[in-house]
Amino acid sequence: MKTWAKILSVVLLVYTIVAGFLFTVPRLNIVNESIRSLYFHVPMWFGMIALFTVSLVYSILYLNKPSFKRDTYAVEFVHAGILLNLLGLTTGMIWANYTWGSPWHGDPKQNGAAIALLIYLAYFVLRGSIENEDQKARLSAVYNIFAYAAMIPLLFIIPRMTSSMHPGNGGNPGFNAYDLDSNMRLVFYPAVLGWGLLGTWIATLRVRVRLLNDRLLNLNNE
Amino acid sequence: MNRIIRLVIGLFMLPAMLSAQPVEMADTMRSEGKIYVVVAILLLIFAGVITYLVMLDRKISRIEKKLPPESGS
Repeated sequence: MKTWAKILSVVLLVYTIVAGFLFTVPRLNIVNESIRSLYFHVPMWFGMIALFTVSLVYSILYLNKPSFKRDTYAVEFVHAGILLNLLGLTTGMIWANYTWGSPWHGDPKQNGAAIALLIYLAYFVLRGSIENEDQKARLSAVYNIFAYAAMIPLLFIIPRMTSSMHPGNGGNPGFNAYDLDSNMRLVFYPAVLGWGLLGTWIATLRVRVRLLNDRLLNLNNE
Repeated sequence: MNRIIRLVIGLFMLPAMLSAQPVEMADTMRSEGKIYVVVAILLLIFAGVITYLVMLDRKISRIEKKLPPESGS
């Protein structure tokens, strides 16, 4: 990851923290000031999707032409994606507690996000259960494609088809419907980019450590 | 008499007054400037996390330079 992208991430997130708390937001009942969580909770999910998509691409590339590097990118981007998933899930629970009445409502959006988390955790169960490195990489690359294909309907289709209380799902308008003067978009889009880049940064650090570890192992074997 | 008229007018205006009640937001906190305390704390924590990440990044870079170039695995 290039240095300018890391700097951009930090600049955007400083802006998000400052503008996210100081800029005006729509005055709505029930959510009140908690509408500002939009700048922190939702980017976790956007970031997770971005990281899982990168992982998916590297898994497909791996199946096309196997290499340790491609496998490493696939694994570590799932790792960082799961971190964002957990943060999105827990921040959503806090938000739900004060707007829906309880942290876990069994809402289709919440259940879908939890199932998606389990599916991606099973990716590591699969990897941990295979000794042979090439088999491990190949089978987990195939599984990763399945996991992505299962996550999309769980997060974006089922909650829209059933009744969900989550904004933007099950007939509920998203917050963009209230953001008539686009004041929130001014903070929300930079926030999404900033958090996404931060997640990518963490993922690339993990990638570099795993590649280093592999090079050290190769040195010892020579 | 005057008091009764005022009461009647007041009763008529009651529904309008209730519906016009503004949505409760943290306006007091903002007017007192306490919101800047929240922003300052969050910025400090964020700065700490980023400093940690930058140091980790540089540490990994140093180890990468110590090793011979990649064999292209």
